[in-house]
Amino acid sequence: MKVPLNWLKDYVDVTLPPAELAERLTMAGFEAEEIQTIGGSWDNIIIGQITAVNPHPNADRLSLATVDLGTRQETVVCGAPNLNVGDKIAFAPVGARLINPHSDELEELKAAKIRGVISSGMICSEKELGISESHEGIMVLSAEAATGTPLSDYMGDTVFDLDITPNRPDCLSVVGIAREAAALSGQTPHIPEISYEETDSPIDEQISIEIIDPDLCPRYCASLITDVKIVESPAWMQERLIAAGQRPINNIVDTTNYVMLEYGQPLHSFDYDRIRGKKIIVRRAAEGENFITLDEAERELTRNMLVIADGEGTVAIAGVMGGVNSEVTGNTTSILLEAASFNAASIHYTSHHLSLTSEASMRFERGISAGLTIPALKHATQLIAELGGGKVAKGIIDVYPGRQEPGPILLTPDEVKRILGIECSLQQIVDTLTSLGFECQVGGSQIQVTTPYWRSDIKQAVDLIEEVARIIGYDKIPTTMLGEPLPRQNPAPVLRLNKNIRQSLVGYGFQEVITYSLTSLQMLSNLVPDPRPPEPMPLRVVKPMTADQEYLRPNLRVNLLAALAANRRHEEEGIRLFELGKVYLPRENDLPAEPEALCGIMSGTRVEKSWLGGNGLFDFYDARGIVEGLLQHLGVTANLEKSSDEGLHPTKQAAIVAEDNGLKVKLGVIGELHPKVADAFEIAEPVCLFEISVPALLPFATGHRMFLSIPRFPSTIRDLALVIDADISHRRVLDIIQSFPLVSEVLLFDVYSGKQVAAGKKSLAYRLVYQSPTRTLTDEEVNRVQEQILKRLTGELGATLRA
Amino acid sequence: MLEKIEEIKSEALKQLDGIDNVRDLESWRVHYLGKKSPLTGILRGLATLSIEERKAVGAAANKVKTLLEDSAGQKGQSLREAQLTSEAAREAIDISLPGRPYPVGHLHPITQTIDEMCEIFASMGFQVIEGPDIEWDYYNFEALNFPAEHPSRDSMSTFWVDTSEGISRSLLRTHTTSVTARTLENMEPPIRAIEPGKVYRYEATDATHLSTFHHIDGIAVDRGITMADLKGTLYEFARRFFGVDRKVRFRVDYFPFVEPGVEMAIYCIVCQGSGCRLCNNSGWLEILGAGMTHPEVLQRGGIDPEVYTSFAFGLGIERPHMLRYGVDDIRLYFNNDLRFLRQF
Repeated sequence: MKVPLNWLKDYVDVTLPPAELAERLTMAGFEAEEIQTIGGSWDNIIIGQITAVNPHPNADRLSLATVDLGTRQETVVCGAPNLNVGDKIAFAPVGARLINPHSDELEELKAAKIRGVISSGMICSEKELGISESHEGIMVLSAEAATGTPLSDYMGDTVFDLDITPNRPDCLSVVGIAREAAALSGQTPHIPEISYEETDSPIDEQISIEIIDPDLCPRYCASLITDVKIVESPAWMQERLIAAGQRPINNIVDTTNYVMLEYGQPLHSFDYDRIRGKKIIVRRAAEGENFITLDEAERELTRNMLVIADGEGTVAIAGVMGGVNSEVTGNTTSILLEAASFNAASIHYTSHHLSLTSEASMRFERGISAGLTIPALKHATQLIAELGGGKVAKGIIDVYPGRQEPGPILLTPDEVKRILGIECSLQQIVDTLTSLGFECQVGGSQIQVTTPYWRSDIKQAVDLIEEVARIIGYDKIPTTMLGEPLPRQNPAPVLRLNKNIRQSLVGYGFQEVITYSLTSLQMLSNLVPDPRPPEPMPLRVVKPMTADQEYLRPNLRVNLLAALAANRRHEEEGIRLFELGKVYLPRENDLPAEPEALCGIMSGTRVEKSWLGGNGLFDFYDARGIVEGLLQHLGVTANLEKSSDEGLHPTKQAAIVAEDNGLKVKLGVIGELHPKVADAFEIAEPVCLFEISVPALLPFATGHRMFLSIPRFPSTIRDLALVIDADISHRRVLDIIQSFPLVSEVLLFDVYSGKQVAAGKKSLAYRLVYQSPTRTLTDEEVNRVQEQILKRLTGELGATLRA
Repeated sequence: MLEKIEEIKSEALKQLDGIDNVRDLESWRVHYLGKKSPLTGILRGLATLSIEERKAVGAAANKVKTLLEDSAGQKGQSLREAQLTSEAAREAIDISLPGRPYPVGHLHPITQTIDEMCEIFASMGFQVIEGPDIEWDYYNFEALNFPAEHPSRDSMSTFWVDTSEGISRSLLRTHTTSVTARTLENMEPPIRAIEPGKVYRYEATDATHLSTFHHIDGIAVDRGITMADLKGTLYEFARRFFGVDRKVRFRVDYFPFVEPGVEMAIYCIVCQGSGCRLCNNSGWLEILGAGMTHPEVLQRGGIDPEVYTSFAFGLGIERPHMLRYGVDDIRLYFNNDLRFLRQF
């Protein structure tokens, strides 16, 4: 909302410097986003009057204008088409600073000889003065402008651009801001009383008004002005409209805009003679009805939209925009002026469904008070009569089916203290509220507060408390710390687990990433070797911003692989990334499940290139090592089992499985990415990946564990080198060895196949640690168990001792 | 005999003096102090001597033996030191060579910022609570006093989600205040909760706007909580997060779920209040929205506003981080470029 200071001064005595006023408004909820100075650069520009216009002796398109400046006369070479003797204009002498319309830069005016004639200055356009973009001709001032006085005294101004929050539509107006400025500076606002002469012919004999849908139109007021001439509005009105960011059009449109900016109440003017049947009907639109709005666009309306109709059809979309069929034109002589109150939600709906917002709809959808209609209508009627030379029909029509008379709100100083934490005296509260136009009646320690008609936002005591705090100033409220009791805190095992996971992986050199929750169907389809959409279909947002952010991710790997591919374009070394975040899984008749998942990926060289050597690419066992380390850190025991994740390499993947009372629980998966999937993501090297479900992991990570005492008796170590069929897994050997209770630890320290062993065989070398918690083992005892182990390995797996 | 001992002594010491390696020292030790050494022979032969001679010779031989043992010990030490010195010189390294590379991991800057904020509020008794990203319209809007078709919703353009329930009921939450609505429903006062998470807005992307970002909301409910507590709590947060000397201001703002509504701003980090492009020449940077929880919102959460008062607040995560480190493009937080992430 642009508020020109000179306009504001009509309603309040502004004693504060502009910057200070802006600061107070900002602190009180009306943020001054910009303070614009009109005329700040008009140092020596003065008002002049054109006394003669003669042709330029050497140029057809140029004229020589003689300008009277009061104390002297100057002659100016000018190319403007609108030079008229007698007009008041803005004269810039040599040395003045003007905006160059070609470069938009402020430049100093130099003395110039134009086609042989010396020009002693310039007559300025609005653009050259920085008032508007208009540069078609010179700016013509009103006749009252005093010749010889500085232009900045006449039309210099300060304009506050205020951000008005949606709860204060009353302050989308100069009067509204004046009331605030008054309360904030200890002044009393003076809002003028409006009066005008009326003819003897009553308005209700010339037009009837009916509200069919009062739920959407609580109040409809109208006046009628006849014998109106459509002309330009006076300079003072144009200047104010321009300063407030509006473009002047004619006396009628300018008046409705002016009064809207003044009171915050939108108005609409109809050409009375074009109203068929001389009746106005406020009703819902017909479904599918077409209507051409003032911007000459055809709009399709629905039953949910309110229209203003005459005897034959729609003439305006209520509160949003009028129609061409009832528009005021240059030939209009009678104006039917509307000031109404419309249902805010309905206007919001209509404006958004038609993608049509206007200054009017913007105000109505915020819920302006029905009480604003009459003052605004009266001022506009008076102005139209005055500026258009019209006659006002007797009376105004006021149809008000939605009248509400809210009772007073009770407020006590105790309640103020309960919310704000400061003591305010009864008198202080009364004074503050009164300064904003509230009526206060004190009874004992209670105040009965009646809300002024323009405040549609005040509904209960707490709203009044905000008013008190706003005007006193938030800086007057002390700062205290929350006291006792400290609320009980609930254990947060998931947060702890997540923190532990993150810290472990960072410790292993992983970089955490956070990717978008949204992804594309194509990316998701590319997660399997022969691309196809995922099953079940992931959730979709209704109107995606872009195709690559359309579906809610059902897994983390999709975006992580994309992040890897993007980094690979500039990263040569090994990359370790992980994300711990939500995935979104659709559920019937409910919000989707949002389990948290962990996904880690490793790709490229295991060890950074260095003068110390060390090399090789990450493989399955790197991912497995990380998962084992992580699980160990979390105190989780899990095994790996065969798995069949389509997106992973068919023979280089495994499920991570934990056991809970004999029941197997899948925690996640480890594997190398399927080479075709890697291709689809444009990753040229093997990618190792692990995924773990946090909800599946949680019970194991938080399960109760007991301390194991540190062994008191010495251990004995034996190595066992076996030759065995190549297809027998380490797991089967391990299971047999671990079935002997005296074996406390088993370490596989070598796996070999090649020349040293027969074809189809491999050699596995184990280090076995024998230990008893109750005694020192003898060599004989250990040898006996080692023989038994070998016997079982030979009998069950065909293993032989390696020679 | 005593002369012989003296002779052994001087000969042994002389020999010892010339020794320059451990091996020779060992032979010397065997020769002069070993089982077959002359000195051991003398000590063994003591029995054949008269008592007086035995006393004198025994004392002299033992004294020399001790002397030789000590001297050998000293020699051993000095040889070891000389050896270490020469080895050290031989094995000298170029300390300017780079270290063996170990991978260094980092938490995402957003995780770090959330952790830091949660830690600050946890020290004031707030506990971390999380809620769903995909939310009912009710918790994101209705319960928070945002009626349907109200312009207060317009600043939070919404992604609606296509669920089996139809499209107008579930959405991607536009703020984590939705978690506050749930917290009020699920918990009994006294409550102090802090609620971090991802939020989504249907907004065109540029250097300062992104359709996905992070928020953290907070709520405190108890008897006797006032706006002074709100100011105190948030001021404490600002002191600890932005620095103890950073100026803070509280001004009136509007959010449907609070009344009175508050905006907290800090003195501009770039211009320190004198006005610059970052702060739009105001000298202040808006950091946080807050206020006393609206009675209707408490009521919808099943909390009696006549008995309890409450304050609530919410702020973005990316922006404070951007301000602190001078990051000029919010998109960097989701692009996951390692050259960015590794800096934090």
